Amino acid sequence: MSGLTDLTLAEARDAVAAKKVSSSELTEAFLKAMEAARSLNAFITETPERAFEMAAASDKRIAAGNARPLEGLPLAIKDLYCTKGVRTTAGSKILHNYVPQYESTVSQNLWDNGAVMLGKANLDEFAMGSSNETSYFGPCISPWRAKGSDAKLVPGGSSGGSACAVSANLCLGATATDTGGSIRTPAAVTGTTGIKPTYGRCSRWGIVAFASSLDQAGPISHTVRDCAIMLKAMASVDPKDSTSVDLPVPDYEAGLEAGVKGLRIGIPKEYRVEGTSPEIDAIWNKGADWLKAQGAEIVEVSLPHTKYALPTYYIVAPAEASSNLARYDGVRYGHRAEGIEDLIDLYQKSRAEGFGSEVRRRILIGTYVLSAGYYDAYYLRAQKLRSLIARDFTEAFKQCDMLLTPATPGPAFAIGEKISDPVTMYLYDVFTVTVNLAGLPSLVLPAGLTESGLPLGLQFIGKAFDEATLLRAGRALEVAAQFTAKPQPWWRAP
Amino acid sequence: MSTEAKNKLIQGSTGPWEVVVGLEVHCQVLSKAKLFSGASTVFGADPNSQVSFVDAAMPGMLPVINRYCVEQAVRTGLGLKAKINLFSVFDRKNYFYPDLPAGYQISQYKNPIVGEGEVLIDLPGGEVARVGIERLHLEQDAGKSLHDQHPDHSFVDLNRSGIALMEIVTKPDLRSSEEAAAFLKKLRAIVRYLGTCDGNMDEGSMRADVNVSVRKPGAPLNTRCEIKNMNSVRFIVQAIEFEARRQVDVLESGGTIHQQTLLFDAKNGETRPMRSKEEAHDYRYFPDPDLLPLELEQAWVDGIASSLPELPDEKKNHFMEMGLSSYDALVLVAEKEAADYFEAMLKEGAEPKAAANWLNNEYFGRLNKVGLAIGDGPVSAAANSAIVQMISANVISGKTAKDVLDIVWSEGGDPRSLVESRGLKQVTDTGAIEEAVDKVIAANPDKVAAAKAKPSLVGWFVGQVMKATGGKANPVSVNAIVKERLGIPEEG
Repeated sequence: MSGLTDLTLAEARDAVAAKKVSSSELTEAFLKAMEAARSLNAFITETPERAFEMAAASDKRIAAGNARPLEGLPLAIKDLYCTKGVRTTAGSKILHNYVPQYESTVSQNLWDNGAVMLGKANLDEFAMGSSNETSYFGPCISPWRAKGSDAKLVPGGSSGGSACAVSANLCLGATATDTGGSIRTPAAVTGTTGIKPTYGRCSRWGIVAFASSLDQAGPISHTVRDCAIMLKAMASVDPKDSTSVDLPVPDYEAGLEAGVKGLRIGIPKEYRVEGTSPEIDAIWNKGADWLKAQGAEIVEVSLPHTKYALPTYYIVAPAEASSNLARYDGVRYGHRAEGIEDLIDLYQKSRAEGFGSEVRRRILIGTYVLSAGYYDAYYLRAQKLRSLIARDFTEAFKQCDMLLTPATPGPAFAIGEKISDPVTMYLYDVFTVTVNLAGLPSLVLPAGLTESGLPLGLQFIGKAFDEATLLRAGRALEVAAQFTAKPQPWWRAP
Repeated sequence: MSTEAKNKLIQGSTGPWEVVVGLEVHCQVLSKAKLFSGASTVFGADPNSQVSFVDAAMPGMLPVINRYCVEQAVRTGLGLKAKINLFSVFDRKNYFYPDLPAGYQISQYKNPIVGEGEVLIDLPGGEVARVGIERLHLEQDAGKSLHDQHPDHSFVDLNRSGIALMEIVTKPDLRSSEEAAAFLKKLRAIVRYLGTCDGNMDEGSMRADVNVSVRKPGAPLNTRCEIKNMNSVRFIVQAIEFEARRQVDVLESGGTIHQQTLLFDAKNGETRPMRSKEEAHDYRYFPDPDLLPLELEQAWVDGIASSLPELPDEKKNHFMEMGLSSYDALVLVAEKEAADYFEAMLKEGAEPKAAANWLNNEYFGRLNKVGLAIGDGPVSAAANSAIVQMISANVISGKTAKDVLDIVWSEGGDPRSLVESRGLKQVTDTGAIEEAVDKVIAANPDKVAAAKAKPSLVGWFVGQVMKATGGKANPVSVNAIVKERLGIPEEG
């Protein structure tokens, strides 16, 4: 069977079930593709041995007739998910040698559903970044190139490796995480589909924490259907995560084709922000038209506190991060500086050497906003704004079932273009951070290409735990957009 | 001001000073598992053998509240007659130290689980003082740094990391080192009655930070100093006395007290400031985003309240209603084991007053002499109850009873069968006693004459009769018969 790596997750699942292809064959095809794509730096760690073992076990189960929903399907795992016995780095030097003795709940759920692990995907250090350039293991490079240019572009971040691996057909799907857009931004700029579920839908247990009240796991994959399949397997209530929610996980795939007829889609006027590329505005309008043409009602809504979302996010997230990252101190595991004088020296040197500049910046911001005398002015006010931002959505959802917005202010940019100016980089999250602050689910899928041939995404924002409707609307837009573009495999050795 | 209050003042060169003390007591919650992980809490295990991934703060690990620890905190709050807050919040207290793996301690800062309450303490002279409780909150313990295991390395034992503590904060209501000691003993009794903390200060299950200031009587509160991490009542008393005197000396020589954290040097009996590095913390408290606010249902709290055991104050009243003196009742309730032992004796049929006298005058004294705890004593409550009942029923005399106790103490056995088999039964047969009395009278005509003149000499006759009967005669009967034979009237 040719073109194994071109299959979607759903197609591969059906092919495996129909015994047209074995898991071992699929796995081998992807491992070969990964090898040929090493210049993209999508993986920090490849796990071919584990992959072949898991594939062989899957093939046995398939032969025995007791295959599970993801049986034998090879996936990439963002290197923020702790994997038992497999190095887990969070893209940081400080964890460059860390091998967990436990498996994250979400990845365990995937293995329990039969999936196969290909390797650990690259990411921004501790998921802090929008371009995957802050990784200690070097930037991941987008498989996409602008027409007539060989400039290396970012795959978005922080789940850049996951998005890159899906986009370049190096896996059938990938896990990702989203604290302020880390699933949706990379999906948008690589022509892939990603869903950040409602906060509490997936367990955070075993996922290296960035900002606990915002972090949420989700998939990046080829299609809306693939997202539905993966999310069903990843989501669960977890007694080990007090913030996970005990609600049944619906069969997201079942209602996928129900269409948008009768759904009211809100267009938040505050999302028409300065600095957004005209092409983004155009695709946004087009998206609304497509949905309208399929029977949805388009309503303008207002989210008046949107302009406070970025400053709020860049207080709350660093505050939590500054505390979450305190455990990386060189004492028990991870990087420890050499030649230290005393305890303070051990802390200072290990952390200064172990953390990259973006992580250090956020730890400093977070420490500052929580400090005596500043707490009320920053952290407390940010918490109040967070409530107001959440309330904006509650109000808006009185007039509509979901929102449609751009995913990013523009297409992928060149590596090095924004990294020296953190504020410009932070502005790239303008459409995504609101959702995390409100804890809502959000789906991003490709809607078209720029003049220069780069993917543009659109974002749906739904009511809490209404992922099913979100996926259904996403499927309708996917059908209308007919986005079939793939990057040219320039990275393969000739 | 009462005399009691005046006695607590300390004299300086400018007149009397009043000592003001407030305590922050850390009580380890009695629970098999830690506050946020399932790891065991048993004391004395091998270093780092009781550490879960959560306790070691491995990447991606999350805390999950142990419901039983919450229940224990609520139970303690109820025992302190305190307000139970149905809504409370866990916060992170951030600081770096090798025995604090996460770099923060999960504690409760602005919204503790228990609010204001009170404890009554019993002072010498029967005075009862009320000590206000400010709050009780739950928090995790840190691990232990070991600096004495290697010439140039420090080790960390995380067994204690994550164990649940209740921090109980008093109002500045204590006025002397004695009151502080009385409070700690009372608090210890309360948590032991409740079964929420074993109160074992040697093993660190109860530790206190002591806040001390001094002022002229009636003046506003002065700046305080905090003496950290004390784990012995005796040292706390010493530390308060030293610190109060130090502050008086500073103030009287024209100095001012700066708020600071102190350590008590037990060897030299003095307080000294901690290094400034040890205390210069900005803890950057904020609500722990890994944990939802703790919301309790009133019905659940009511359920705990209805299952609360009788506490020392109520038990003391209860014992006094049975006819015990306030002193006897107080002695018995001070230690839960003593009260339990006493109640077990009553259950076996002993009369309360007699049982209390026997325990306080005989049995506890013997235990103290050999340094045994009540629970470790060699004589069961049933055996002591039998002895007391035999005294009450005039089966044995008080003197014989002590001998029986000696025998049971050293040899064991059932007191009733011992008395039977060794012929220790008291002679209550009037005929036999009369015979013995007559013999003594006949043999001592001179004493008879003397006794008629001076009735108190009856005692000599009684003694002789007791001797003649080997101590088995009932002394009350002997006394009556001697008086009757000598013609001395019975008096009150």
